[in-house]
Amino acid sequence: MRKLFCLLALLLPGTVFAAGGNVHLDKAEYDLTDKASLQRGAQIFMNYCLGCHSMKYQRYQRTFADLGIPDDLGEEYLQFTGEKVTDYITGSMPEESAATWFGAAPPDLTLVARVRGADWLYTYLRSFYVDESRPFGVNNKVFPDVGMPHVLQPLQGTPRETYERVMVDGEMTERYVGIRTDGDGKLSPEEYDQAVLDLVNFLEYTGEPARLESEKIGKWVLVFIIVLFIFVYLLKKDYWREVH
Amino acid sequence: MQSFLAWIEERIPMMRVANMHAIQYPAPRNMNFWYVFGFLATIVLVNQIVTGIWLTMNFEPSAERAFASVEFIMREIDYGWVIRYMHSTGASAFFVVVYLHMFRGMIYGSYQKPRELLWVFGMFIYLALMAEAFMGYVLPWGQMSYWGAQVIVSLFGAIPVIGPDLVIWIQGDYVISGATLNRFFALHVIALPLVIVILVFLHIVALHEVGSNNPDGVAIKHKKGSLPESEKTPYEIHEYYTSKYDIADDVVPFFPHIVLKDLVAFCIFLFAFCYIMFFAPEMGGKFLEHPNFEIANPLKTPEHIFPVWYFTPFYAILKAVPDKLFGVIAMFGAIAALFALPWIDRGRVKSWRYRSGLHKWNLIIFAIVFIFLGYLGGTPQENWKIVASQIATVMYFAFFVAMFLYSKNETTKPVPARIPK
Amino acid sequence: MSNVSVDANRSAPNDNQPQDNTRRRFLTVATSVVGGVGVVGAAVPFIASWNPSAKAKAAGADVEVDISGVQPGQLIRVMWRSKPVWIVRRTPETLEALAKHEDKLKDPNSEAEQQPGFAQNRYRSLKEEYLILVGICTHLGCSPQHLKDGAFEEIVEGVPDGFFCPCHGSKFDMAGRVFENVPAPLNLVVPPYQFVDDNTVIIGSEGEAA
Repeated sequence: MRKLFCLLALLLPGTVFAAGGNVHLDKAEYDLTDKASLQRGAQIFMNYCLGCHSMKYQRYQRTFADLGIPDDLGEEYLQFTGEKVTDYITGSMPEESAATWFGAAPPDLTLVARVRGADWLYTYLRSFYVDESRPFGVNNKVFPDVGMPHVLQPLQGTPRETYERVMVDGEMTERYVGIRTDGDGKLSPEEYDQAVLDLVNFLEYTGEPARLESEKIGKWVLVFIIVLFIFVYLLKKDYWREVH
Repeated sequence: MQSFLAWIEERIPMMRVANMHAIQYPAPRNMNFWYVFGFLATIVLVNQIVTGIWLTMNFEPSAERAFASVEFIMREIDYGWVIRYMHSTGASAFFVVVYLHMFRGMIYGSYQKPRELLWVFGMFIYLALMAEAFMGYVLPWGQMSYWGAQVIVSLFGAIPVIGPDLVIWIQGDYVISGATLNRFFALHVIALPLVIVILVFLHIVALHEVGSNNPDGVAIKHKKGSLPESEKTPYEIHEYYTSKYDIADDVVPFFPHIVLKDLVAFCIFLFAFCYIMFFAPEMGGKFLEHPNFEIANPLKTPEHIFPVWYFTPFYAILKAVPDKLFGVIAMFGAIAALFALPWIDRGRVKSWRYRSGLHKWNLIIFAIVFIFLGYLGGTPQENWKIVASQIATVMYFAFFVAMFLYSKNETTKPVPARIPK
Repeated sequence: MSNVSVDANRSAPNDNQPQDNTRRRFLTVATSVVGGVGVVGAAVPFIASWNPSAKAKAAGADVEVDISGVQPGQLIRVMWRSKPVWIVRRTPETLEALAKHEDKLKDPNSEAEQQPGFAQNRYRSLKEEYLILVGICTHLGCSPQHLKDGAFEEIVEGVPDGFFCPCHGSKFDMAGRVFENVPAPLNLVVPPYQFVDDNTVIIGSEGEAA
């Protein structure tokens, strides 16, 4: 029977194949049980993202309930588009006009974490840099020629590609060392990383609101199956003893 | 109560059928773990039907509402996510157990005389299952649903003369559209499940007519009157079998012995199933592909299009051939070759236990090639993979050619008359 | 037809009989019980999924209604849990008339629990003036018509206004009380409600002080 299990494990394709792209992605250490982080993430989302993007498969009330926010507080501090607390989180921008302004309608973000992955989002939101040749004055390391402005710039500050001069084989060359800000943002680099992480955490939650419940139930289901297995196995042994 | 049961029995032979097929059916006692996958496939089929019915209660088959209604099930229906994940995990689990079931048939020669039709019915189930799974994958109307359907339906365009018109006819529109979604929905929830259930019924009827094979490939039914009383089975076997044959002391009744053995396997299977379902339903993007969480967009193709993992071996064969028509032919040929297996193998010995080393290696290499093709078809295209998939495709077909050639005059070991103790 | 018994096949050879039958019996029972628990557990999601969805429950939340514009004698309809709810502003004459036909009613004192405690009175309401009812006949779920200004006289002699169900002819008075000899068994349902102020009523919940 152990052989069978190994074989099953072997044949089930593993999680080894990562999504394409050759940019190094930073690991997003998000934590769905951290309600404070989720609440901060929700706040950033409602303030900075909902202007253009929607979250139309998720309702405010469900979100508030899962995040431990009372309905009235949520309505006061997190709802800006004049919808009822029982409504879906739709953006304030009509899709047609958005398509004309941006060339394509900004995608709905309910499931973005399941499409892109937490690491990608975490890296992407920290990889904008000033590029005057682009329509919005910024470009992105993870998403080249991105069609959206850097909406979190007031938090991060103006991000610039930074190079340092190094001696290679006796010649001075410039080497890319990353993105540094001018320091004109509201948050320090560490605070900004945390803010992005909170936002990613929130998006990870909205991608699959049942995740935590699933794992909670799943544990008991697995324990139950082990108990069932023990009884079935002993009974099988008992009947087969006389056969061999 | 007893008389009530007898009253029913006189009018419809329920207990007789149950005894004949599920209780007093003689099963070889040496059936090993390879023999549990048929039972597991049946369980998964039931799971798919039940969860499918429940999903239908809230799914809306239109291009406008399909994606949103799936998310409605995931978020707004009590335990809707459980039912949906049972269905999506079940789809992959179905193919896991069916592939293992098929490989069992290959290594123990379960397709050989007199089980040719049993194998052919099984292959038809496999074919119907592929159609069922493909159409089911279109229903959530995500990016992979849409573009997967686009690629697969386009294959029919390779057929000379009628191809392009056929594609439009299948789509019901000039592109994949809501019309396509709706007809796939009808086929997925009614037509194909019906076909599959009927085929499974025939598969089991055929199995019980010819009897189960076993890892030694030794017959358990002997000519009437050929066995002394001491070598006949002491278990109560249905007279349907005992009146025609002498059943050797090599069998156990299906109930409770085989049922209990299957239930042990079921528990192990269920553990793995529930682990995936509750903790990793996407299975790293293999069971539920990441781009499919984005609504279908006819204007934007995802960066990489792969079918779900269970189709990737055939997809790799398709891509390996640099000509559209011949690629399609090769792909369907790969499946057709499996259909013909009972006639390709000209050997008389069933189980690989008693066959040549060449045969064993041929089977093992075939399994490896199949998995490797699956890997090639399911990962982004790279230069080395083109050549690799061409080599693997040739090796896939070489398996059948080699078997046809060596099986006629193969050196085999003597097969015992009775199942070894 | 020879064999109808399930147990017949258990007859293994005598010399092979298990030594300990209690063990086998215990394991059989235990496995069946655990398996049964599993089946029940597996059924839970399927049964629970038939509940109203979270969305429907949210739509079934309390409804706030502004009644400042309702004229005496007027009936307005609002939706609560996807059901029609009537709000009638009864005139003093209507209220007075309620006492006159109580001998023709099935349950004039609202003894059947078809209303919150505060409405178990002749007027079946919190404030006499306002009648609030779920507008669904207690017979088979049609929505009765409001007949007023004497139109109801044709249905029940001597009663000027009331509700008449066109489906099967059930009759109710202006407190939603059912008349005798009609198919509907019970008075119309009074939903839980409360007045926030003189002009606003919330349907769906009773106030704590009510």
